Amino acid sequence: MKVILRTPHKEEREIQGPLTVREMLTRLDVDPEGVIVARGRELLTQDTLLNDSDTVEIIRAISGGGL
Amino acid sequence: MRCSVCGAPAQVEVRRRNQAFCPEHYRAWFVNEVRRNLKRHQMIRKGDRVLVAVSGGKDSLVLWDTLTGLGYRTTGFHIQLGIGDYSKRALAATRAFAEERGLELLVVDVRESFGLTIPQLAQSTGRAACSGCGLSKRYLMNRVAADEGYGVVATGHNLDDEAATLMGNVSRWQTDALVRQGPLLEEREGLARRIKPLYTLTEREVAAYAFLAGIEYQHEECPHAEGAKSLLYKDILNRLETRMPGTKQAFLVQYLKKVQPVLKEGLAGGDVELRRCERCGQVTTGSVCAHCKLWDRAYARAKKRRLLLESRGFDPRPKVDRLKPASEA
Repeated sequence: MKVILRTPHKEEREIQGPLTVREMLTRLDVDPEGVIVARGRELLTQDTLLNDSDTVEIIRAISGGGL
Repeated sequence: MRCSVCGAPAQVEVRRRNQAFCPEHYRAWFVNEVRRNLKRHQMIRKGDRVLVAVSGGKDSLVLWDTLTGLGYRTTGFHIQLGIGDYSKRALAATRAFAEERGLELLVVDVRESFGLTIPQLAQSTGRAACSGCGLSKRYLMNRVAADEGYGVVATGHNLDDEAATLMGNVSRWQTDALVRQGPLLEEREGLARRIKPLYTLTEREVAAYAFLAGIEYQHEECPHAEGAKSLLYKDILNRLETRMPGTKQAFLVQYLKKVQPVLKEGLAGGDVELRRCERCGQVTTGSVCAHCKLWDRAYARAKKRRLLLESRGFDPRPKVDRLKPASEA
């Protein structure tokens, strides 16, 4: 499957499925508390099963500054 | 995973509450959390005009979205910091949000007002950019609120921001900062009330709300935030949260409930007397406020570097641009 990381710079990876969102994040060494994971306009919970045909985005939620 | 309310497929899990939600019920849960925070601390009172500090990032735009959705009279306030294209994109996201919703937006460009951008201010004072930036933001929020008649300034600080700040203050036992920290800072003469209605919502929960509500925000990080201590504290707290859901909330909320009152009592009588700055008239503890001192120092060095004309003197009055809603323009 295609994984687009926006953490925050855009980066693309290919990962072999099937696996859950939790397993994908562990494989990529990404802390689930610091991101949201989306497939199109749908947000995914950690137990969602992903297949090779999926394209998912990992969007960083943590920021350092701002008002 | 199923929605705790309706049983539909869930899209957001809130592990610390042992709940999960479909998009519709997640947004309802989120707004209800904000409503409860506002009510619990009486953050906004009858007749209040609210100035919402808006950077263009997810937290401030989500805050503005929820406050207007709850029916509060709000105006956005954006500060153009002059950090290259990053700042331009921040203003673009903020303007687009305001225009789409017909909301009034005030904008102060630091360079137009004071002659230097935040990076130039940092260069001219030898201080880290974040130091001058934070000071300028606090000054401008208070000053614009006072000049424009807003009694309340709302900021988008979330649970992660507040827990990270607490961890930083605890690690150095900064008691003066520890007693001040909180979701509500009451107004004092010349200082607007400061409120943080998102303080019990995690950064991930705010990002999830922004995504599901279709809020277009600036994703990129400020180039000066790289290596910021706050990011390290957030990383540490998130590792704890992953292993022990609810840690961040307990750390902050239990501090505010159990420890801060004791600390305040122990430090009673330590309140510093406030007076007016001789240069700008804003509230301060000394004869000249930290903002005026910083910019005076920057001007002296900027003139030597020929960034400013020798004849230019620092004028602390910000120039405020108004973006009126289309219906009133």
